[in-house]
Amino acid sequence: MRNFAYYPGCSGLGTSMEYDKSTRAVCKALGINLMDINDWSCCGSTPAHTVDHLLSSALSGRNLALAEEMEAEAMITPCPSCLSNLKGTVHRLSDRGFRHKVNNLLEKPVQRTMPVKSVLQILDEEVGSRELAERLPEKPLRGLKVATYYGCIMNRPPEVMQFDDHEHPMAMDRLMQALGAEVLPFPLKVECCGASFGIPRKDVVATLSGRLLDTAQALGAHAMVTACPLCQMNLDLRQGQAASVMGKEFNMPVFYYTQLIGVALGLPQKELGLSKLCVKPSIAFDAMRSNREQEPVSKSAGKKKPETKENS
Amino acid sequence: MKIGVFVCHCGSNIAGTVDTARVAKAAMEFPEVTFASDTMYACSEPGQDAIVEAIREKGLDGVVVASCTPRMHEPTFRRTVERAGLNRYMFEMANIREHVSWIGKDMEANTNKAIELTRIAAEKLRRNQPLYPKQFEINKRVLVVGGGVAGIQAALDCADGDREVVLVEKRSTIGGKMAKLDKTFPTVDCSSCILGPKMVDVAQHPKITLYAMSEVEEVGGYVGNFEVKIKKKPAYVNWDLCTGCGLCMEKCPAKKSTDYFNENLGKTTAINIPFPQAIPKKAVIDPDFCRQFTKGKCSVCAKLCPTKAIDFEQQEEFVTEQVGAIVAATGYDVFDISKYGEYGGGRLPDVITSLQYERLLSASGPTGGHVKRPSDGREPKTVVFVQCVGSRDKSVGRPYCSGFCCMYTAKQAILTKDHIPDSDSYVFYMDIRAPGKMYDEFTRRAMEEYGTQYVRGRVSMIYPKGDKYVVRGADTLLGTQVELEADLVVLAAGAEAAVGAPQLAEKLRISYDTYGFYMESHPKLRPVETNTAGVYLAGACQGPKDIPASVAQGSAAASKVLAMFAKDKLENDPVISMVDINRCIGCGKCIQVCPFGAVKEVDFRGQPKAEVIETVCQGCGICTATCPQGAIQLSHFTDNQILAEVNALCQP
Repeated sequence: MRNFAYYPGCSGLGTSMEYDKSTRAVCKALGINLMDINDWSCCGSTPAHTVDHLLSSALSGRNLALAEEMEAEAMITPCPSCLSNLKGTVHRLSDRGFRHKVNNLLEKPVQRTMPVKSVLQILDEEVGSRELAERLPEKPLRGLKVATYYGCIMNRPPEVMQFDDHEHPMAMDRLMQALGAEVLPFPLKVECCGASFGIPRKDVVATLSGRLLDTAQALGAHAMVTACPLCQMNLDLRQGQAASVMGKEFNMPVFYYTQLIGVALGLPQKELGLSKLCVKPSIAFDAMRSNREQEPVSKSAGKKKPETKENS
Repeated sequence: MKIGVFVCHCGSNIAGTVDTARVAKAAMEFPEVTFASDTMYACSEPGQDAIVEAIREKGLDGVVVASCTPRMHEPTFRRTVERAGLNRYMFEMANIREHVSWIGKDMEANTNKAIELTRIAAEKLRRNQPLYPKQFEINKRVLVVGGGVAGIQAALDCADGDREVVLVEKRSTIGGKMAKLDKTFPTVDCSSCILGPKMVDVAQHPKITLYAMSEVEEVGGYVGNFEVKIKKKPAYVNWDLCTGCGLCMEKCPAKKSTDYFNENLGKTTAINIPFPQAIPKKAVIDPDFCRQFTKGKCSVCAKLCPTKAIDFEQQEEFVTEQVGAIVAATGYDVFDISKYGEYGGGRLPDVITSLQYERLLSASGPTGGHVKRPSDGREPKTVVFVQCVGSRDKSVGRPYCSGFCCMYTAKQAILTKDHIPDSDSYVFYMDIRAPGKMYDEFTRRAMEEYGTQYVRGRVSMIYPKGDKYVVRGADTLLGTQVELEADLVVLAAGAEAAVGAPQLAEKLRISYDTYGFYMESHPKLRPVETNTAGVYLAGACQGPKDIPASVAQGSAAASKVLAMFAKDKLENDPVISMVDINRCIGCGKCIQVCPFGAVKEVDFRGQPKAEVIETVCQGCGICTATCPQGAIQLSHFTDNQILAEVNALCQP
């Protein structure tokens, strides 16, 4: 059992509950022990670091200090925005003067800055696509064509994030491939979806997210897979807005990669929060099912079928 | 001993922040100093004459000049004192420019430091001994490493100067990058038509020995007497028998071999001659693809070969050549475009390098000179060129300008229009750098006569959309983002040092910069020499260069070699190690540490002793520092002299 201090982030308790839920379920199933950080607070998200690096770092610093007390290998979070705040803080704290200023603001000083990683990195490094493929030789996601979408901050800036390629990341692709999904060569993997501009400039988000949906649709994707709560929301929730900008209809399920891993592992529906998705995922499940009907050799077909039925 | 001290102003370089008159006055107080003055430019003719005059009038036995770095003018002043009848080693230099005036502005502190450095020099000079060089014979053959256009030029010039030349090339044919080009800028003349005859000259020249498929393994010896071990890699074909008829290529069933010559655009047979004009025109087997090697049966070529030249058992061979000078002309490599993930190079089939595009344009290329997309063979109607891919970009560790990319991109845009008249070409550029003769006119022709659209800005990403590629970038002149749909994208990949260049540099004992390019002895005044005597540079191994510059440097290196060979004997530097035979205990530690193999063990009345081979010793002093007995001493830098310097600095 590998122990990690788990930081769900604010969105994990609100807008992206299904990400948090499915992360917990998948990690449990794969033998990764998530230990919740007691009394964690918001990392400041986008606003804090645009106003004041010191304040932003103190917010993350508090969480880092709390995590230090736990017996964990690393602090992990599913949310790329939390990740970039935490890793940015660790990066800045290497400057002794800055660390001193941050610690002055904190009740409990940051002592040793533990390593911070994304859940995606942990799944890629600790479990890995090979282990996943061995565990599931029947390739449960076979027949599903996915466009993997990482968002713009998961791997950037590269010198801070230090994981995967910042222009052409592959971690999610590897996991999906291991589970049998066909990963399409989605060229806009790290393009911006418009992020939090959804509030002040809906048109910008509709255009940018529309382009992502359009490209994925043109490639013939059954579904998109994301790793970021905000990206998922923009792509999933705004398909109507995107449609009016692009002049095309979209019906593209947008999954969290943890949800699809959960489906592949045969975890119960409820634990994956599939019902929280705006666009019904039935297209994706149909794709998997039709494939399985063509090839009745698959061992897990019987086990999976009722589940997909419920959903569609 | 009578010592004279001359303190140089170097204009305002030194005098601006050092009180040179006070330094001269202070020097008069040093032991044995009988004359001191400050002088405007010590290195100028009147400055040198004043030194000569002072030596003669005051009867000086040694001279200290406090001025710039010894790298710049030590040889100058040594000649000066020699002119006045002193031994050239009765001279010392104090560096009060680079070490004092250029790095500090405090006049008082600077002056004090200048005085201290001058005192150190004077104290050392008091213990100097006259040294005399020895003469040695030189071998007047030259080794040229690398058979690109620079190496070919250097080899031909040396051979025309009646010297024997050994030309070593790692590939199976000479010609280098230039042989792969279709046309050259700014004349748009056929590259192989101008290089081909030179390659034939190399093959036919009676003074040139060509080792293709060979690499330099070891370099021993010293200027005038190098001994070079050359590794001949197996071609699996006996080249003495091979006539280059090409029958084997026609019948070889393994047709998936890497085609280096066509930049991997096509595939070739496992036994092949890279191109029709290859020199030497001999077949080579690629064992990674040959069925005889991979599957253990086939040998179609062996059955067919009319001269029975195929030899699957061929092994590496080593030959040793004695030469007097070496020219390094190892060229460059093209930047690996896959380092730009956002451009998709190496991933997207129709995003190619300029050198690959050059092969598509070439009549001897994989498409017979018809421009076709590698993915589907369709003729592209919109071609987008992206410049500075791997040049002027710190984020990929290539902050330098590769120099020729602006020009070859303009050339390729012109050729594209010639090949496909109804095509459109776009060039994303940062600046146009076209400083050569007729160069700027040439890029203007691409824009004005050929209608190539130049967009000033960097490309942010390239991605496929249907069967086209979206090239997204900025137009910094319009201040807007632009997106173009291209059929083919050509990345102007910059130049980087050749693979293995640093390893060869270490064998040649020459220095190289952060990027692996070889360092010249002086960037302006000694551009083809290295800091190792007898080793010269030609072409892009020293930094990215276009064809005219490479050829010019090849000729320059050859002229340096010929000038050296004009002498029958060279003088060695007498600053070498000497063994005190009475102190030496024969422990052999000096033999172990000497990087040049200049110390050997000799038997002296039944006792083992060290002996220095005078012509091999480079005067580095490692043996001196190692010897537990202090028995081996570097002339001109003996323990006594160095201790005197330390004492002079640590005065109470």
